Amino acid sequence: MNEEKTRLTRQFMEALPHGKALDMQVAGVGDGWAELTMNYDERFIGDPDTGVIHGGAISALMDTCCGAAVMSHPQLATITATIDLRIDYMRSATPHQRILCRAECYHVTRSVAFVRATAYDEDMENPVATATAAFTASANDPRDPERLKTVGDTVKGTVI
Amino acid sequence: MTRQPEPVQVIKQRRDGALKALVGRIPYAGFLGIHFDRRGDELTGIMPFKDDLVGNPVLPALHGGAIAAFLEVTAITELSWSMLWADIEHGEVDPDDFPRLPKTIDFTVDYLRSGLPRDAYARARVNRSGRRYASVHVEAWQDNRSKLFAQATGHFLMPSKDN
Repeated sequence: MNEEKTRLTRQFMEALPHGKALDMQVAGVGDGWAELTMNYDERFIGDPDTGVIHGGAISALMDTCCGAAVMSHPQLATITATIDLRIDYMRSATPHQRILCRAECYHVTRSVAFVRATAYDEDMENPVATATAAFTASANDPRDPERLKTVGDTVKGTVI
Repeated sequence: MTRQPEPVQVIKQRRDGALKALVGRIPYAGFLGIHFDRRGDELTGIMPFKDDLVGNPVLPALHGGAIAAFLEVTAITELSWSMLWADIEHGEVDPDDFPRLPKTIDFTVDYLRSGLPRDAYARARVNRSGRRYASVHVEAWQDNRSKLFAQATGHFLMPSKDN
């Protein structure tokens, strides 16, 4: 496992302004996979009648998690962008429970990374949502860890 | 003899009140700073730029998740609005007793170009709305209406009439 790259992916992910706004935490990251969590927060509610969080908050978590899986892939450059993201909502997330998303970059070509992800609340037997996504990809650049480091530092310096 | 039409201010107040109550009920829309502009029954979602919507601080670009959320909020609001419109017009909507919101079944976002650090706008179109399911398409742009930066299609489960 490329420890430097996973460390930098973690650092980058935890410094994203929108990720911070939603208080996303990196639970784990490895070669081509990532796990992110997001705590329940009343500001994220989408349905006031039930207190269920908005699908959009789940989308943000899943999109970020898929991006982290692409960034951590050993063959790919750490710069990526979402081309397409499809989310299937299987059930409502139980209010007051944290959401965990696990994403796996299962196939890469020279220009595209294919990712799938699953989101769970505390009932790990019954997923809340699944996602399939395509991200832009380019080959790993040996200078990349350095570049990412700069990016990470810039992110750390951003006033949020 | 014909009946006097309702004063325009009364109509506007009723429509704007219903829209405000509808959007005001969704905490996540407020969290992202989303509000709606109304022209007759046509709604435009507006997400003013703010720093915590940024995903890539180097470019900087809007976070893909914030874009997806903006599109989904706009789609659900348009769908609920179109569902409520007839009742609003008949003055039969009680802002304290709204019907339940539609539930998202699936949502597919097409990211066409990166979101700039500027205000974003979105309009949704209900392509089909049946008793149980609805299909909604939504388009988002920034500076130029004809240059979309994202679009999405979603399917929704309609709330049952009796709760």
